[in-house]
Amino acid sequence: MAVISRGFFGRRRENDPDLPPGQYLTEDFPVLSAGPTPDIDTNDWVFSIQTESGDVHAWNWEQFMALPTEEVTTDIHCVTRWSKLGTSWRGVSLDTLFAGVDTTNAYVMAHAYGGYTTNFPLEDILGGKAWITFEFDGEPLAPAHGGPARMIIPHLYFWKSTKWIRGLRMMEKDDPGFWEQNGYNTYGDPWREQRYW
Amino acid sequence: MSGVWHVGEVVESVILTPSARGIILDVPNWPGNVAGQHVDLRLTAEDGYQAVRSYSLATAGDAQRIELAVDRFPDGEVSPYLVDELRAGDQLELRGPLGAWFVWTPENTQPVQLIGGGSGIVPLMAMIRSHAASASPVLFKLLYSVRGPRDVFYADELRELAAASAASGNPTLEVTIVYTRLAPPEWPVAPGRLTREVLEAQTVPASLTPDVFVCGPTGFVEAVATWLVDLGHDADLVRTERFGGD
Repeated sequence: MAVISRGFFGRRRENDPDLPPGQYLTEDFPVLSAGPTPDIDTNDWVFSIQTESGDVHAWNWEQFMALPTEEVTTDIHCVTRWSKLGTSWRGVSLDTLFAGVDTTNAYVMAHAYGGYTTNFPLEDILGGKAWITFEFDGEPLAPAHGGPARMIIPHLYFWKSTKWIRGLRMMEKDDPGFWEQNGYNTYGDPWREQRYW
Repeated sequence: MSGVWHVGEVVESVILTPSARGIILDVPNWPGNVAGQHVDLRLTAEDGYQAVRSYSLATAGDAQRIELAVDRFPDGEVSPYLVDELRAGDQLELRGPLGAWFVWTPENTQPVQLIGGGSGIVPLMAMIRSHAASASPVLFKLLYSVRGPRDVFYADELRELAAASAASGNPTLEVTIVYTRLAPPEWPVAPGRLTREVLEAQTVPASLTPDVFVCGPTGFVEAVATWLVDLGHDADLVRTERFGGD
């Protein structure tokens, strides 16, 4: 039974059906990261997928930019409770990147330049559900927001959308990543409010 | 267990600055918290509408009396209520403690550099209080950027803790305040934004491999964290927390 807060009425900004429980709308794009923003030169940038057999599928920036891209318009939801609706991105679908990858593992660890990690099931990034993006709102993705390239998995809380993405590593089990070891839920579904342990 | 909603009773709402209040709460069954953690705070209107926001704790330890600090965000839905309306005797629901990354415990033996901008001081204050309460021998330095003298949170307490530390013969807390818009009378330097030069001169050098905690608005945190890495700090030792919105 909730305690009534004397004199609190609220703004009712939250009546939007696109807004998951406990979220509020923001028009700007807050930045959240656990440490400094790494400085990554696209000349040195490599994205790779490593499977359980040790096979590594890698793309440098030039090879990556030659892949087919998609325009993605999607809502994003941060565990710190802001949501931003209708954001627009350009990037490469994980379906494209996994087309030649042979794996039977069900889980993935994302690794970032700077050392950040986060985990998710493979099925959550295939089937048009996740992208490696390099443009936001028609502009190159800013470093503070994860540039030069950021993975987005919009149906999960945004800490799952790894900034400064460097690679994916297939895992047999659902090992926890950085925030998942530091207090956040292992899966992170905003519609089920899976915020914390 | 962070999933439980605790009911806290407001003991006092303390004026910290013209726009900020310290909210002191008694929370029965509060499990205790370490310095740097935060809580989710839930408000419920009479018709059942609820709003939840996260706020940093300014205190650490096992006590069931805890302190939050809230700065009024002018367009906010929750912070104006907490700053302007909340008073002693009111009840609040809270969940936590939350967060296991931006934290400091007295077992830590590395020197510590705290860098706060505006209300970003709050989790850093919890660390300073934890450091003082545990009589930790570790060196703590605080670099605190504020607009003007009226905007300094915990001004008296910081002054007293730093003075007591200086008088002890083995100073373990040094406080440097940077005024960005308005400096106190006869302050030796003109007001201005924190620069890389001031940061370098007033902080624990990278060679001592301090644990660094930076909290403040995004632009401040981005600039400071980038300078720290440029100055040779290991990015893995620089922990950041940013606030935005309500």
